[in-house]
Amino acid sequence: MIHSLFLINASGDIFLEKHWKSVVSRSVCDYFFEAQERASEAENVPPVIPTPHHYLLSVYRHKIFFVAVIQTEVPPLFVIEFLHRVVDTFQDYFGVCSEVMIKDNVVVVYEVLEEMLDNGFPLATESNILKELIKPPTILRTVVNTITGSTNVGDQLPTGQLSVVPWRRTGVKYTNNEAYFDVIEEIDAIIDKSGSTITAEIQGVIDACVKLTGMPDLTLSFMNPRLLDDVSFHPCVRFKRWESERILSFIPPDGNFRLLSYHVSAQNLVAIPVYVKHNISFRDGSSLGRFEITVGPKQTMGKTIEGVMVASQMPKGVLNMSLTPSQGTHIFDPVTKLLSWDVGKINPQKLPSLKGTMSLQAGASKPDENPTINLQFKIQQLAISGLKVNRLDMYGEKYKPFKGIKYMTKAGKFQVRT
Amino acid sequence: MAAGQAYSEEKGGSSSLGEPEYGHDPASGGIFSSDYKRHDDLKEMLDSNKDSLKLEAMKRIVAMIARGKNASDLFPAVVKNVACKNIEVKKLVYVYLVRYAEEQQDLALLSISTFQRGLKDPNQLIRASALRVLSSIRVPIIVPIMMLAIKEAASDMSPYVRKTAAHAIPKLYSLDSDQKDQLIEVIEKLLADKTTLVAGSVVMAFEEVCPERIDLIHKNYRKLCNLLIDVEEWGQVVIINMLTRYARTQFLSPNQNESLLEDSAEKAFYGSDEEDTKDDKAEATSLVKRKPYVMDPDHRLLLRNTKPLLQSRNAAVVMAVAQLYFHLAPKAEVGVIAKALVRLLRSHSEVQYVVLQNVATMSIKRRGMFEPYLKSFYIRSTDPTQIKILKLEVLTNLANETNISTILREFQTYIRSMDKDFVAATIQAIGRCATNIGKVRDTCLNGLVQLLSNRDELVVAESVVVIKKLLQMQPAQHSEIIKHMAKLTDNIQVPMARASILWLIGEYCEHVPKIAPDVLRKMAKSFTNEEDIVKLQVINLAAKLYLTNSKQSKLLTQYVLNLAKYDQNYDIRDRARFIRQLIVPTEKSGALNKYAKKLFLAQKPAPILESSFKDRDHFQLGSLSHLLNAKAVGYQELPDWPDEAPDPSVPEWTKCTSREKRKEKVEKPFYSDSEGESGPTESADSEPESVSEESETSSSEGSSSSGSEEEEEGSGDQSEDKEEEEKRKKKKEKEAPRKASLESAGSPSEEEEEEGVKKGKKKKQQQERKGCGETSSEEASASESSSSESDSGSEAQESPAEVETKRRKAPASTKPSPRATTAGPKEISLLDLDDFTPPPPQPVPSSNIVSSSLVTDLEGLTLTDTSLAPALLSPVFGSVRTYELLHRMTGEGLSVEYCFSRRPFPHDPHMVAVQIQISNNTDAEVKSLRISEPKPLSGMRIQEFPEIESLAPGDTASVVMGIDFCDSTQAANFQLCTHTRHFYVSIQPPVGELMAPVFMSENEFKKEQEHLSRLGEGKLTGMSEITEKLTLPEKCRSDHAIVQQVTSAANVGRVPCGADNEYRFAAKTVTSGSLVLITLEKREGAAAQLTVNSEKMVIGTMLVKDIVQALVQ
Repeated sequence: MIHSLFLINASGDIFLEKHWKSVVSRSVCDYFFEAQERASEAENVPPVIPTPHHYLLSVYRHKIFFVAVIQTEVPPLFVIEFLHRVVDTFQDYFGVCSEVMIKDNVVVVYEVLEEMLDNGFPLATESNILKELIKPPTILRTVVNTITGSTNVGDQLPTGQLSVVPWRRTGVKYTNNEAYFDVIEEIDAIIDKSGSTITAEIQGVIDACVKLTGMPDLTLSFMNPRLLDDVSFHPCVRFKRWESERILSFIPPDGNFRLLSYHVSAQNLVAIPVYVKHNISFRDGSSLGRFEITVGPKQTMGKTIEGVMVASQMPKGVLNMSLTPSQGTHIFDPVTKLLSWDVGKINPQKLPSLKGTMSLQAGASKPDENPTINLQFKIQQLAISGLKVNRLDMYGEKYKPFKGIKYMTKAGKFQVRT
Repeated sequence: MAAGQAYSEEKGGSSSLGEPEYGHDPASGGIFSSDYKRHDDLKEMLDSNKDSLKLEAMKRIVAMIARGKNASDLFPAVVKNVACKNIEVKKLVYVYLVRYAEEQQDLALLSISTFQRGLKDPNQLIRASALRVLSSIRVPIIVPIMMLAIKEAASDMSPYVRKTAAHAIPKLYSLDSDQKDQLIEVIEKLLADKTTLVAGSVVMAFEEVCPERIDLIHKNYRKLCNLLIDVEEWGQVVIINMLTRYARTQFLSPNQNESLLEDSAEKAFYGSDEEDTKDDKAEATSLVKRKPYVMDPDHRLLLRNTKPLLQSRNAAVVMAVAQLYFHLAPKAEVGVIAKALVRLLRSHSEVQYVVLQNVATMSIKRRGMFEPYLKSFYIRSTDPTQIKILKLEVLTNLANETNISTILREFQTYIRSMDKDFVAATIQAIGRCATNIGKVRDTCLNGLVQLLSNRDELVVAESVVVIKKLLQMQPAQHSEIIKHMAKLTDNIQVPMARASILWLIGEYCEHVPKIAPDVLRKMAKSFTNEEDIVKLQVINLAAKLYLTNSKQSKLLTQYVLNLAKYDQNYDIRDRARFIRQLIVPTEKSGALNKYAKKLFLAQKPAPILESSFKDRDHFQLGSLSHLLNAKAVGYQELPDWPDEAPDPSVPEWTKCTSREKRKEKVEKPFYSDSEGESGPTESADSEPESVSEESETSSSEGSSSSGSEEEEEGSGDQSEDKEEEEKRKKKKEKEAPRKASLESAGSPSEEEEEEGVKKGKKKKQQQERKGCGETSSEEASASESSSSESDSGSEAQESPAEVETKRRKAPASTKPSPRATTAGPKEISLLDLDDFTPPPPQPVPSSNIVSSSLVTDLEGLTLTDTSLAPALLSPVFGSVRTYELLHRMTGEGLSVEYCFSRRPFPHDPHMVAVQIQISNNTDAEVKSLRISEPKPLSGMRIQEFPEIESLAPGDTASVVMGIDFCDSTQAANFQLCTHTRHFYVSIQPPVGELMAPVFMSENEFKKEQEHLSRLGEGKLTGMSEITEKLTLPEKCRSDHAIVQQVTSAANVGRVPCGADNEYRFAAKTVTSGSLVLITLEKREGAAAQLTVNSEKMVIGTMLVKDIVQALVQ
């Protein structure tokens, strides 16, 4: 299985290595660097690179390459999924997963990695169990540790690994018992030139933050569970219950976790909450082009659209842009040719627009292609699919928890072709 | 290479300059460099009494290790702290130890005792952690200690410790592969473990150590299926992948009825949507013709239990289930995986990359599956190029007549993308669509021609290449396009495109008679500056023009060929020389000249544009090998479906206990709700979602009963009693032998439970039930000692060893080897015999034949093909001679004897059945006994006996193998292998064993004899008749004695004879079937004359010798 792990930063330094079997020389990464050089961008580095004696499987996140070295046949997704889990764990531990953070906490990182794999086979990947084994560093603990010389390694033994509910540790205690659920939906869409929808689908997740004492057993039911077409669960969810009653029944992990991710069936027409009016034109022979974008609300169910961001990769021929936004700020990076416009809130009375000219390379012919526009936005208090949570009940514990549900709609991969 | 430098710097021990230190966290030890002075400082800290100082030092050391710096010189100082009280120090010491123990083996030994102590700790977590570290220390000297620790931990009360033991197995195996056999034992034991915690880890160990030992899975198969949903996700992946392989060997293809259709479906690949419905219809008709397929309930169990895992959040699990369905599920059910796979496309780009690769392969085979999700594969400008190209691949695979217009519209957008690699791939994709879907070929071609005026040269070049391929399909209609392209030669500089244009013009020069010479003229001008591939095509063009239009192009051609003659590239020089010889007629030029035109202007088949993912599905999907399209190290080939259901006696029998167990309460998993239990025992047809399944089963019920009986394992029943067998015999069905054997081989099924069971059967079953009872009660408390667990599990195990012991428990008459199976009513054996090859009327008392029901009892117990034996239990002689194959001494305790059982060999009538009896006189179990590398002489064939999994000390197993000796007494050589050793052995048959008795009347005998002797006269007398005079000894003068001697010397049947003083025997040689006739004439006194008539002189001669010897002795 997984032999070794190398972490490589953007400038090509191997800043951490960990071996679970015999040591693999870090020179094996040369093959990776070669592939990296061949690929123009970091995201184009092939995730699987065969070398004469090893296979390098990598994921790229937070500007760090996590390169796993394997020697024998193993399902590639197994390794890739694990690497992502490693990143998630680091994020969970340190808040952010960055080179600096990893270097600062190198000992904790090392201890965590040691626990996650045994001989290259995943041992403990549940963050609950890991946190029981190795406590995440907090400022307070760091201070205390330096003074008293105590440790972040859990002194009690990790019982979680032995329990039937490995994702939950025993003896959880809170004074305020609360359970929050965020229903977050993302719209993936491709809108064509004329404004008609080529493809649109809704993907949703329910993220939970559960801080409940003891061993609560929760059930969550929906008003309209039929909407959910394809679901995937946190392992805590009882699948049979869902199959028969369409009810989510589970003993929750402690803290933050993703309870469910779902896909809304394709039959339902997706309401597209925004529209983009665009007029981008290059003229032959002229070194100037016109650029005009207006963003407006469409089907928003009366909610305001916030956090609107427009990004567009301009053709190589564009040298510079002189634009004036009606609101928000915009940046054009002449090197990467990336235009981004932070719009903010959309006021239906006064639609935000960005107008101006583009200066093109003199003498060059006009670019064939028009840029695509990528859109980001957020709508609070709305699940665009219409999904509604019916009720949340708790069994197994006596106290009355505080419950909360929040809805949000976001743009996923929302693209407008021009 | 920056990293390489950094590495060498660090190796050198110098403190690297630019790299920031891990100094920000006080816990990680402030600023330090790998100075040796600093190391002294660390040593001091490690030697101090304060834990905080030790911790500080250890943290700094671990930080060094993390950065890949060498800290091995601190080993002695660190290892002292292995017994430190502080838990974090201890952990960090472990980290250090595991990293450097391999380099400092001697010093590492100092720490071993600490772990050994830890192994005995009352706390399970400490035991586990001690084992974990101990097994991670790669020091070969401690292999025995590790082995002992693993063995002990494998029977630990705590499942967590057992899990750790399972993890330790591959570690030890990689350290010392000689331990394999012992480790397999441990694996076997742990496989029987019923906790979800252990399951994943032990299957992992199984896959690393002995993936070929598929037999170990039989008895755990159902348990694994049922536990699967509660196993942790990583274990699920491993188990599902393993079970996919397993199922491929154990079940029949669910699509076997459709295999005929496969071809037609393939053809209709780009056909319409109705394909599916057509399939269904055709399926229905084919069902009438073919044997109906009924899915094995165990096969169904696997499919049903894995399906929920498609909902897993872990992409690897989803992929594993998807590949399982793709490889194992009936066509109609595979569709469910599409949705889940499409969901994964939302995940990280690396996951997308892998999933798309697999979808691409699947979409070639099962296009319909992904059609509804076509839009999910639309490409976004933000996708990385590698993802875009894969999506394009999938879209192209999904294209058909109905959706092609939408897809082409999408492609049009893509062509305008900024990503040029992607645009090139899109053009290729359009070309593929155009070749595959005739309807849009013209549209595509027009589109591509428009692209020829694109400003980007890469786009144009790619278009030219694709257009060239398309034009080849119907050149006549497109001379316009060819003309257009001819003009492009002035502008396009991309060599591949230029070469393509030139080739086109040359190939279709009759369509552009005016332009072609002109192009050649231009090219001749620029010849020296062209790339090699272009030059080659210029030569080609010149040659073709010379042949079609020599008037205009003769000089040009000469010129080009002259230029080429002095080219730097030898390929071009070669080509020029070759072409000159071929096309320019000279006096010397040979006959080929006449055919030059045919050679150059032959009709060339249009290239087939096909996906690079075609046929990748011979790799197991989801595997690394599939992704790389090359076999990765350690890849386990996905076996093909067996043509016939594997001998049902093997898996079925062994699965039986677990099936019974299923009826009892399955260990209640955390998830399962009340309804959860209803599932597992349903058979295939009760599955609601598989409608097609249902229709299949119902149709099978209508069909001939014999067919369905063979199919349904439930009907195979060893409780078949005497009466029934008699009835069967009366029916005299032709199939009887096979069926009887199947029945005897089948597992004790539900039917058996209902019926009253007879004789030893009952006892055995009780034991078995008891076994099940034990196991189920144990399930409740997994913490109970696992040794007893494995015992009860072994009740169901079919390792011959256990069978042996069981047999001993059975009634006295049932003894291990068939040779020794004696005493039983005679008539039954005869009843059996009637159904097969005509048995010789043996005068030998058949006292050595067991009551058939008992035999079936026994045979049901064995794992091997001998289960067929009872049916064939024909003439067994008291006086069968055994020969030694392997002596106890040479075989290191393993002794092997063989005898010629004189039964027809069931699998092949041309083979001689050789019964082999293997006894294990060692004090260790012998495993995986098998024949390997038979090296038969020409024409000789060996049918190996099925592998014996294991043979307990002191036990004996007997198996049957078949050898086709080709009617010669040459020895058959082969290797007998155990898990550890190979023995070269050989079997040399006495001539008398190369024949089988023939039943004939006196008249027939005489006729044949006459015929044979006449045959001989035609050539030479004595060719077919050998006569020998002999004197019979005293004790061998009675009828009985003579007959017995002759029949024991040779496998012949007696022919009734009118005369008192004559004995006649007849036989046929096994391979060629030529007759062997023996006549023994008693003369006065002790004199006698033996005559053997046979076409085969050698056999005749040897036979005479053998018989004489037998009689005279």
